[in-house]
Amino acid sequence: MTDIAATPRREGGLAALFRHSRYVLGENPVTGFAFALFVLIVLAAVLGPSIVPYNPLASDTAQALKPPSAHHWFGTDQLGRDVFSRVIVATRLDFFIAVASVALVFLMGGLAGVAAGFFGGWTDRIVGRIADTIMAFPLFVLAMGIVAALGNTVQNIVLATAIVNFPLYARIARAEANVRREAGFVEAARLSGNSDWRILAFQILPNVFPIMVVQMSLTMGYAILNAAGLSFIGLGVRPPTPEWGIMVAEGAAFMVSGEWWNAFFPGLALMVAVFCFNLLGDGLRDMVDPRRRT
Amino acid sequence: MTTAVPALSVEGLSVDFRTRSGIVRALDNVSFAVDKGETIALVGESGSGKSVTAYAVMGILDPAGKVTAGRAMLGGLDLLSAKPSQLADVRGREIAMIFQNPRTALNPIRIVGRQIADVLIRHGNVPRRDAPGQAIDMLRAVGITDPARRAKAYPFEMSGGMCQRVMIAIALAAKPSLLIADEPTTGLDVTTQAVIMDLVNDLAREMGMATIFITHDLALAGQRSARIVVMHAGHVVENAPTEELFKRPRHPYTAELIAATPDSAQNLDELVSIPGALPDLRRTDLPPCRYSERCPRKIDACAQPLSRSTSASGHMVACWNPLPERIANAPTESAA
Amino acid sequence: MLTMILKRAAMAIPSLIGVVIVTFLLTRALPGDPAAYFAGPAATPQAIQEVRVKLGLDKPLIEQFGRYVVDLGHGNLGNSLTTGQPVLTELRTRLPASAELTLLGLIVSIIIAVPLGILAATRPNSLIDHACRVVATLGVSLPVFFTGLILVYFFYYQFGWAPAPLGRLDVFFDAPPQVTGFYLIDSLIARQPETFVASLKQLILPALTLAIFSLAPIARMTRASMLAVLSSDFVRTARASGLAPFTVIVTYAFRNAMLPVITTLGMVFSFLLGANVLVEKVFAWPGIGSYAVEALLASDFAPVQGFVLTMAVMYVALNLMIDVLYGLIDPRVRLEA
Repeated sequence: MTDIAATPRREGGLAALFRHSRYVLGENPVTGFAFALFVLIVLAAVLGPSIVPYNPLASDTAQALKPPSAHHWFGTDQLGRDVFSRVIVATRLDFFIAVASVALVFLMGGLAGVAAGFFGGWTDRIVGRIADTIMAFPLFVLAMGIVAALGNTVQNIVLATAIVNFPLYARIARAEANVRREAGFVEAARLSGNSDWRILAFQILPNVFPIMVVQMSLTMGYAILNAAGLSFIGLGVRPPTPEWGIMVAEGAAFMVSGEWWNAFFPGLALMVAVFCFNLLGDGLRDMVDPRRRT
Repeated sequence: MTTAVPALSVEGLSVDFRTRSGIVRALDNVSFAVDKGETIALVGESGSGKSVTAYAVMGILDPAGKVTAGRAMLGGLDLLSAKPSQLADVRGREIAMIFQNPRTALNPIRIVGRQIADVLIRHGNVPRRDAPGQAIDMLRAVGITDPARRAKAYPFEMSGGMCQRVMIAIALAAKPSLLIADEPTTGLDVTTQAVIMDLVNDLAREMGMATIFITHDLALAGQRSARIVVMHAGHVVENAPTEELFKRPRHPYTAELIAATPDSAQNLDELVSIPGALPDLRRTDLPPCRYSERCPRKIDACAQPLSRSTSASGHMVACWNPLPERIANAPTESAA
Repeated sequence: MLTMILKRAAMAIPSLIGVVIVTFLLTRALPGDPAAYFAGPAATPQAIQEVRVKLGLDKPLIEQFGRYVVDLGHGNLGNSLTTGQPVLTELRTRLPASAELTLLGLIVSIIIAVPLGILAATRPNSLIDHACRVVATLGVSLPVFFTGLILVYFFYYQFGWAPAPLGRLDVFFDAPPQVTGFYLIDSLIARQPETFVASLKQLILPALTLAIFSLAPIARMTRASMLAVLSSDFVRTARASGLAPFTVIVTYAFRNAMLPVITTLGMVFSFLLGANVLVEKVFAWPGIGSYAVEALLASDFAPVQGFVLTMAVMYVALNLMIDVLYGLIDPRVRLEA
């Protein structure tokens, strides 16, 4: 409707990215807040076990179910363990699950998707069939089934999350590979003798990564919720390992009778972490593709 | 211009757009008038602000746009300061608009008969029962064959030309006194263009309706309108009866525009493009005359605020150094 | 129209086949030995082997699969090892409980989310727009079981407004005579207003939990879709024609904006089926979710198989319905095919 004025001149690479990021952060301080929160979570994951006041596994039944106080900021649980320490230490496990799931699904879904988009034909059809089969299940139900079948271990939780998210990543990767199939740099790589798989892994997949980054942030949030949900129904991590979901499960019964801190703080931690990843994903989306802003 | 009250009088209209890269001064002090029953054309290259003018008058500017000054008098009502409820009453009933891209301008999941009926019920004092029948009549009036069947069709089932006819039917359903046609023939083939333009002209004449015809095609404007308003970069630079404009263009830009317009008699070598480009309207240091930087007739006086001179024959030009009044066949000689 | 439905149904068949195969494989991979379980703790290895043969568990996998498919064809989903009942019967009894809960949650969610999305889109950058965005982001971050627990804590423990989270009905009440299995409907049919109120009271918190869970994606999609439609050419035409604001927003904009929202409902339903399991645990709801979890933890594979299969079939059927609904609203899908 208004075809006025020339488009703004574009600056080179990093400087432009920096300025654009500053602009987006300025326009949307919420994204800056999300970044800060993310850093906090990473710190808690890395440093957690070394800085917490109490041993997360040390039970002291005399101190069981004490409400939050100066000694125990988040109170104690039914075995007298300090809830605050357990919540902080659990950050490491939940964060690890999130990162591992996302890394795994990016590799699995990404490779399968670019292969499907690049080669077409039977590869495309098989990947498509697998994706369709997975998508025919309600995803949490499928994750439940996989973990139940393979066993309650962290590795299986990560695997189940990756499998359940596979179709989405495969689809994105396939679309991108389709577009780049004929691109110049692919031709150049082919001419210099690279096998197709090398091209896929080292040329195309890295190019697909920036586009997936938004989705990966959102999947991190989903992975944590998934793991927590599985733990809640007894299909996840086993006690006494501190993990947010299982802590909520253990504290659920007490919630009904008034000892709220047991389940509340791990639940809050869950919420904050997932919230952070979602905000981050939205902020990344604004940076990478302003057209898709909602 | 007659002394009677014009159908629409735009006075000093200025519009700014807020964008990420700054404020775009899209329109600056735009003024012109349309008499009752008169057909005028608003002409200019892409980006000259002709569509923005129409959207501002209709009150359907993009949310980033703001009217910073001016009035648009329709009868006794200033459209630019009217309340939303007043605007909703006046739009469709007194002033209507048709757009480019007729297919996307129609509701894709509503049959065309209903879309016309909606306007009839809203503005035409037509009872619900009678609206579908009158909608069919409107379709017939815009030249659609088998209107009873077509009324039940969806826009995607119709050709571009038919969709444009439907849009005309919607716009004219409540018999407005002024129609704004924003590049209504862009995207249609040449034969359909002519047919649609004939249709609009005929209906306008029948209904005594004034028309503002917006186009970048000066030749088309010349064929269809009694008066032409030339716009450049958000300014009105010249406003004259059609014949007068072509015979004696006074603004350098108009002359260039005429020289650049393909005419079936000319051959391709004689086409001249206009040098330079539209100035960046985000600049805070825009000169008072936005054409001066590309103008071959620029003089020192051009740095002053624009002067407007109107001759007795109703020929307005906004220029410090306009082309002289009496030159026959001016265009080709003044080409730079 | 009919051809479109049949075509879509045909496309769903390969998915269903995949589901059956995957379900079978998953449940055969469950740890634990059903033969040992069935034979009892005091059984000798020979007795267990006999039971294994009787159950057909010694046959090759392919043959077991064949038997499974044949049984399925006859509507036989096997028997639960823990309860001894036919899985089909148990599913049939428990399905209405889950369905009633999920439907109520979805309806409440739509009633809140859709107007919220519309208002947010028609008043950009207003308070309600920001509220909508906050709701959307928060809703997606809240673990559904956590929401349920918080609701129970406040409304049951603190305020005493809601009853204890102990299932579909308080102990003092009997279930109404079964017509649909939905207590709300059945109690009205049987003219038992107290039972109706009692079931409603038990339903409120879990339904609200599910509603909060599905609020976010629906509100977000409604808002995004309305925003896109409100800036479209045909809405501009409608405005330029001076149509009443209500007509423009509802008849022109919303009807078009609804289309992506309806497709989103399919995705939301998939999430809800998963969330159901968690909510049923929090509120001790006797639905198929809790049935499956109990069976999973006991390595009782027939119910799990039945559950997964039911969920997947329901999901496929729902997506089909959504496609049909879409086709009803959007003539382009109907007529262009």
